[in-house]
Order: sequence, then C-alpha cells, then structure tokens
Amino acid sequence: MEIFVISLLNGLVYGMLLFMLASGLTLIFSMMGVLNFAHASIYMIGAYLAFQVSRVVGFFPALIIAPLLCGAIGAAIEIWGLRKVHHNGHIAELLFTFGLVFIVQRGVQMTWGMLPMPYRVPALLDFPLFQIYGANFPAYRAFMLLISGGMLLSTWLLLKKTRVGLIIQAALTHPNMVSALGHNVPMVFTTVFAGGCLLAGLAGVIGGNYQTTEPGMAEAMGPIVFVVVVFGGLGSLAGCFIASILMGMIQTFAVVIDYSVADLLRPLGLALKADNLLMEVLTVPIARIGALLPFAMMILILLFRPRGLMGTRDT
Amino acid sequence: MTALSLRDVRKNFGATEIIRGVTLDIQPGERHCIIGPNGAGKTTLFNLISGRFPITSGEISLNNTRIDQQPPHLINRAGLSRSFQITSIFQRLSVFENLRCALLWSMGYRYSFWSALWRQKALNEKAEFLLEDLNLASRRDIPAGLLSYAEQRALEIGMTIAGGASVILLDEPTAGMSNTETDYAMALIRRVTQGKTLLMVEHDMKVVFDLADTITVLVYGQVIASGPPETVRSSRAVQEAYLGALEE
Amino acid sequence: MTRSGNGARWIWVFAVALALAVPWAFHNFQTGRDSGFVLSMLSQMGMMVILSLSYNMLLGQAGLFSLCHATFFGIGGYATVHFLNAAGAGSLPLPMEVIPLLSGLTGLGLALIFGYMATKQRATAFAMITMGIGELMATAALMFHSFFGGEGGVTTNRMIDHSLFGLTYASGMQVYYLILVWTLICAGSMYFLTQTPLGRMANATRDNYERAQFMGYDPRVVRFLQFSLSGLFAGVGGGLYAITYEIVTFDALAAPLSANALLMAYIGGTTVFGGPILGAVLITLLQSGVSLLSNSWLVYVGVLFISMVMFAPAGLSGLIIAHGPIAAAGRLRRLTVPYLRLVVPFLALVLGFVGLVELMSFLTIGAAQGKKLVLFGSAINIEATQPWLISVVCLLGGGAWLRWEARAFHRVWESLTADLKQRDRV
Ligand SMILES: Nc1ncnc2c1ncn2[C@@H]1O[C@H](COP(=O)(O)OP(=O)(O)OP(=O)(O)O)[C@@H](O)[C@H]1O
Ligand SMILES: [Mg+2]
Repeated sequence: MEIFVISLLNGLVYGMLLFMLASGLTLIFSMMGVLNFAHASIYMIGAYLAFQVSRVVGFFPALIIAPLLCGAIGAAIEIWGLRKVHHNGHIAELLFTFGLVFIVQRGVQMTWGMLPMPYRVPALLDFPLFQIYGANFPAYRAFMLLISGGMLLSTWLLLKKTRVGLIIQAALTHPNMVSALGHNVPMVFTTVFAGGCLLAGLAGVIGGNYQTTEPGMAEAMGPIVFVVVVFGGLGSLAGCFIASILMGMIQTFAVVIDYSVADLLRPLGLALKADNLLMEVLTVPIARIGALLPFAMMILILLFRPRGLMGTRDT
Repeated sequence: MTALSLRDVRKNFGATEIIRGVTLDIQPGERHCIIGPNGAGKTTLFNLISGRFPITSGEISLNNTRIDQQPPHLINRAGLSRSFQITSIFQRLSVFENLRCALLWSMGYRYSFWSALWRQKALNEKAEFLLEDLNLASRRDIPAGLLSYAEQRALEIGMTIAGGASVILLDEPTAGMSNTETDYAMALIRRVTQGKTLLMVEHDMKVVFDLADTITVLVYGQVIASGPPETVRSSRAVQEAYLGALEE
Repeated sequence: MTRSGNGARWIWVFAVALALAVPWAFHNFQTGRDSGFVLSMLSQMGMMVILSLSYNMLLGQAGLFSLCHATFFGIGGYATVHFLNAAGAGSLPLPMEVIPLLSGLTGLGLALIFGYMATKQRATAFAMITMGIGELMATAALMFHSFFGGEGGVTTNRMIDHSLFGLTYASGMQVYYLILVWTLICAGSMYFLTQTPLGRMANATRDNYERAQFMGYDPRVVRFLQFSLSGLFAGVGGGLYAITYEIVTFDALAAPLSANALLMAYIGGTTVFGGPILGAVLITLLQSGVSLLSNSWLVYVGVLFISMVMFAPAGLSGLIIAHGPIAAAGRLRRLTVPYLRLVVPFLALVLGFVGLVELMSFLTIGAAQGKKLVLFGSAINIEATQPWLISVVCLLGGGAWLRWEARAFHRVWESLTADLKQRDRV
C-alpha cells in the first residue's frame, strides 16, 4: 500500500513533467506539421541554463529567466532555420530538427563538459513535505506539481481566452484553414514554436534538479516524450495529457513490480528457465523491462489505433 | 449489363450531406458527361466511385460487381481508372517513367523486383507509343513537375488511360486550357477512349454537347436531369437551375 | 545522354579499381605487413556503404524517414556471431563466404515483421513508429543476455576453418576482400532494384502516394517490400561487421548508428544512386581521421548536415550533378573565378568555426582529460583572449564576406543556366 501511494505521487510528478514537454511538442506539431526532434534538447538547454543562471541570481529568478531564454532560442531556430527549409517539405523540416539534436548535444558537452552539473534543489524547498507510511515526500516534488499544474492552467487560459489561442485552436482542428483566415502565419508559427520551447525550457528548469543535469538527459528524455505525443494522438492536447500521466505511472509502477510472466505461470505447474531468448522474455521481471514498455505500447497503439488515443487527424 | 451503376449513393462530410442520393446507370461504350455548378459534388462523386472516400450509404457496381467497399487499387484492377481535377502526377519522375508506372500493373508486373525494366520490350514500346500519342515525345526525359500546365494535363490523361481500364473517369480534363489546347485535348480524349466507357466532368458546354451521348446534371448533390443532350438542353428544370444561369 | 552514361560507367570502374588497389598502396612490401589502420578503415567503409545505400532505399527512393535502420544491421551482426560460433563448433556446415547471406536473411526476417507494422503508417507517424522499434530493440539488447549478451555484447572467432577458397581469414587483408566482394554484390543488387517495377513504384509512392493507388498498386505493399529488402541488405552489412570485429555490442543496433545511416545518405545525396556511397566514404574518413585529432567531430558532422538540409538538399552528389549541364556545354571554366573567390572567405569561416569549437571543447572536455591544444607544434594558451578573438573575427568576417561572394556567385550561376536554357530552346 505504501509503495502504491508513493508511486502514485511520483508517477504524477513525472507525468506532469512529461506533459510540460509533450504539450509544447503537440502544439508545435499541430500548428506547423513539424515534429520537433530537438524538443528534448531544448529541455536540456533549459536545465543547463537554469543551473548557470541560478548560480548568479538564485533559483527562483532562474525559474523565469531560463525558460525565456529557451523561448528566444526557439524563436531564433524558427526564424533562421525552420522557415528556410519549409519549402523543401516536411521531411526536410524533420531532418533539420534532427540535425539540431546533434549540435545541441555536442554543444552542451563542449560548454559544460561531460560530467553531471551540481544543479541542486534550492535549500528553501529541500525538506520532506510530509510522510506517508514512513516514506518521505520531498517538498520539491510538490513544488514541481505546483509549477506544472500552474502551467497547465495558464496554457489552457491562453488557448481559451486570447486571440492567438483561438487561432491555435483553429489550427489544431483545421490545419489548412489558418492561412486562409488571413493571419500573419509566420508570426503565429514563430510564437508557437517559441512558446513550445519556453515550456520545454521550464520543464528543464524543474526537471534538471529532479533528475540529473548531464549531457545524456536529452537522449534519455526525447524518445519518451515522442512516445507520449504519439500515444496520446498527434494534435490532441487532452490525449497528450492522459498519455503523459499514464506513461508517468507506468514508468514508476513498473519499477516496483517484481513479477514476470513466468511467475504467473508457476501456479500452473510450469517452471521456466532463462536459457534462451524466448524463455528469457518470459522470466524477466516487469521491473527490468520498465524501460521497454513505453515503446512496446506505442507500437501497439499505432498498429491498432493509428491516430493514437485521442488523435483526430492523420499524421 | 451496365458498365457502372450507382444506387442511391449518399455521402456525408460531418453533418453535411454532400451527395444526396445519386442513382445513375452507364452503359458500356457510353460517353457520359456530368455537369453542374461549382461545389455540386461532381468531384466528390468521382472520389466515391474510385474508392478514395468511403460512401455513407448506397451501392456502386462496376460491371455488375459491387465495388463500394473496396480500396482504390482494387477498383482500379477491376477496370476503372480516373484522372484528377488538380493534376496528380509523379513530380520527380520523368514523363516517360510516369507513363511506364501507369502501365506496370495492367501489364502484369505486379510488385516484381526481379525483372529489369530496361529489358521489357513490350512495356517500353507501349510507353513510347503513348508518349507519341500525347505529343510529349520531345519532353520524354524531363521531370514531370517541370512540364507546362497543358502538358501536365495531357500527361494526367495519358496516365489515366494507360492501364487500359474499360471505364474511364475524367475530372475536368480541359480546365484552364486555351481554346486550341482544349481542341487538341478533346481530340486526344476521343481517340484514346475509343470503345471505352467514359464518364467525364466538364464545364465547357460546347465540349459537352459535342462529345456526350448522355448528360447528367448534378446540383447540390442530386441528379436533376439525365438523358440525351437534346432532352437535357430543353429540360426546364435544368434551364432554371443551371443552364439558364450559365448562358445569361 | 550516352556521353554522360559512359562517364558514369567509368567512375564506377575507377571506384572499384581504387577499392581493390588502396590496401596495396599502404602495404609494406619489405616486411610484408599491411597497414592495420587503413585496412580497418576500408573495411568499415564497406559496411557503411552497404548501410547507407540500403538506408537510401527508404529515404531517397521511397521517401520513408526511418529511424530504426540500425536494428536490421545489428540483428544481422548478433545473428552472425551465433552463426559463426555454430560454424566454429561444427554444427553449421557453411563456408565463411556465404555466411553474410544468412545475416541478410536474418535482417530480412526481422524487417518483414517490423516493416509490416511500420508501413501501416505514413510520414511522421512512420518516423515515430520506427523510432519506437529502434528504441525497443536497443533496450531489449541490453536486457536479454542469452542472445544479445547484455552490455558486453557477444563475441566470436571468425576462423571457422571452412572456406570455399581455402582462406583462413586470419589477416585483415582477406577480410577486407570478403567485405569488398559483398559490398559490390549488395551495391549491384540495390542498383538493380532501382531498375525494377518495385523500385520504380517506390519512387512513385514517394512522389505521390495517392496516385499510385489509382494505378492498381497498393502503396503499402510497395513500401513493405521495399522496407523488407532494405532490411536484407542492412543485415548483410551487420554480418560483415560481426566478421570483422568478432564482437557485436549494443552499438551495432542502437540509435546513433541509425542516425549515422541517415547522415551518410543525406550528406552524400539521396537523389542519386551513388550519393550514399560518397557520403559513407566521406563520413567514415572524417570519423577515423578527424576523430583522432578532435573530440568534436560530431559537431562538424552535425553542422555539415544542417547546412546541407538548408542549402543543398540534394547532398554533395546533387551539387556535383548540378554542374553537369554547364560542363556539357563547355562553360565550366566560367565558374573558376567565382569559385576561387569563394575559397578565401569560406576557409576563414571554417577556420573561425573550428577554432571556436576546439577552444571551447579544450576548455571543458580537453581540460578534464588533461589534454593540451597544440597547433603547428606550439601549445596554445586557451585562457588567453587572442585565439578566441581571432576565431570570432574569422567566423564573423568570413561569414559576412562569404555571404557577399555567394551572392555574386549566385548571379553568375543564374546567368549561366539561363543561357543554357536559351540555347536549348533554339
Ligand atoms: N474532404 C472533404 N471534406 C469536407 N467537405 C468536402 C470534402 N470534399 C469536398 N467537400 C465539399 O463538398 C462539396 C462538393 O465539392 P466537390 O469538389 O465535389 O464539388 P465539384 O462539383 O467538383 O466542384 P467544382 O466544379 O468546383 O470542381 C463542396 O462544398 C466541398 O466543400
Ligand atoms: Mg470538382
């Protein structure tokens, strides 16, 4: 039971972090039809920048400055990069963001080195908030929930209440109609791309000290975020939210389930030995294949529900 | 036996019904033109017949076999071929390759990855022949995307008839062409659809009354008249709904 | 047409001759020893040529952006280790020369399964499902020990003592020629495939997915077959990898290698058959050459790649081919001066960029490894402002100058091609 509650909370924290990344990615994709491969790279930049900025001015100002910087980086990428390759088609745009991943990856290594950064939770939030069944729940995680929840709320308000938000919403459902409306499309594109990057940067700021700030963090996060976006259905924010929480839960729960398929078979009188590939698949405990689950689930959902959980349009 | 028959075909996009119960019979060898105002649903009807969109209800049969639940490639194999109002060709392939692609399935190559194209004499001769026929021989090795508009339209027609389908659907083949180009294209269409069933959407009344054995008038997704040119021309309903407006 | 056709043929003959001869140029006839470095680089090139060519069966020829190509390369490699072990133990009575065929069949088998899943999707979703497949397999490779050996990978011994020609494959030279032969077989077959109905329809579905349907073809089947066949060749490449290194780890299957396949094919050029070969040779050279000198070779490849995407989407081979008509008209000489004028600002730009990258990485990574930046035999003080300043000036100045010159170049180019068009019409 205690494991259950703790895992639930941790899953929620991780899921909300995923959602912060995935929602930006979904917005960008819905508007521009570009799946931004470099999204997790921006997340990493956010973490590093937060570390750097917080050394000078402290964590809380960094919480604002670093995402803004990431937004600016995003705008620059859109204006001087993506827009230039747009006329070469979608594959060119995909390839462009794919190339960015390499450059950011190595750029970060060059600037900050290969070792993890000592980017720590601020002292102000570094205490156990409460205890359940003897296990501590750190205040910082609650703070993460607060931030991501607040961001969820403000994004929602932005989409519902502002002009740009309405245009974006229209674009979500009718991607081809926006230009017909006579809006300044390049401007909207830049805004959305920068906004998505800002969210990714914010996720980086609060994720960087929750996980570790090191050059591999984009590589570790990227595929999961894509899984979330595809699983939820490209272009659907609601689907994206559900998928984020689901993936968060799966990731945290899988770690604590120490059973394998073979354990299920044991009561039937079947004892399996892990001496070939098939047997090994059956005997490996769920806890160990946790990393594998998201991808398996994504492949399955694309097979049986090609538009994802709640997607409304073909990709 | 009918070449193509539609029974109470309906199509909804969301809540709006675009095709509202079309019934149509087309005899083998017939040249059948569909006319109607913009947005009447002519292209949509073609999309339904050729399997691009699923129908909402009704029945479509080709040579007395149901085709309305089939994917486009199976309908094509059953002997129906269509062209597109908005030119749809293989941009980066040469004109010759475009035609050769259009011939492949009908000549039995299927998904062959063991026969070398350059050695298929009959195939290549047929493609060259088509090239001459379409008056595109001088453009043989140019990427199709670089052709002029009229040339692309000619290629589009060529690709549609190449496979030797018995029922041909042409969607505004002469749209946007000059007079001489239209004349040339019509002569071409006459020539290449000899002995085939032709269903054609066309806005140019001169062309329509020149070519058609039967004319169907589609307005707001419904057939308001269908019959030989003279009958349709003198039909009051048509005059009111459509022709009158056009000839004003 | 025939002239350029002949020209292309001679390029191929020359390339094959070069591939046959190069190891002997580095052979020491006094001691009878080969250059191990050159041989292993050439062997690597062979495998990478197969990998990038087979990747281009997807990207360039079928318009499919796959992110799991290394999966089939890797599985071919892992399986080959097991084949070799079985052959060594005597339970697989096959000569060395045909074992890569088995590797290919393994790749094909897996590609049939994954291809069936992936080709249900198009465009972005295709890219995503292949990414999922790639990650799935990479994670699985670390997890399951009986087949993949976990982190350590699986090892074998290639001297199985069974050869059609009585070879032992103890020397790198013999292995290289085995690789060369298989590379030629694969490249030849892949070229042949581009000239078959399937290959042509793959191009057609790339250009216009929908239209192909109305010509009797199911585009999904076309893509499925194309995907599977490309898996076959990737598998052969993986088999050669296993034979060369006698160890296959997670690296042979993971995302970086898939990305590498993409980089090689794209930089070389996806629009011409030979493009990926050029890319594979070049990137492998860079990899073994530059990575000796610098930590940052991936940055250079990344920047090269992005510049290609932005300025030369047809890749290097596309750039070369664009000169074809001008060369045919005998006007290439008119480009000499404009080209020469590009050289200096270009070099300045490259120098500035490389300078900055190297200074940066020496400040962090290099310092951590205790290395020093040495240029022309003298150590450079990376703490001083001077080298940084020079680099920045080179980068910015070179960039601005290059932009200026590039515009002039563009004008010359435009007027040349316009001239040619005029002549064509007359
Ligand atoms: N995929 C679709 N989704 C929603 N509505 C559609 C779709 N395709 C067509 N329509 C609508 O169906 C109606 C009929 O369109 P259609 O293209 O069939 O007209 P048409 O008779 O071919 O006109 P035109 O003479 O301009 O070619 C139009 O109002 C159009 O907006
Ligand atoms: Mg129409």
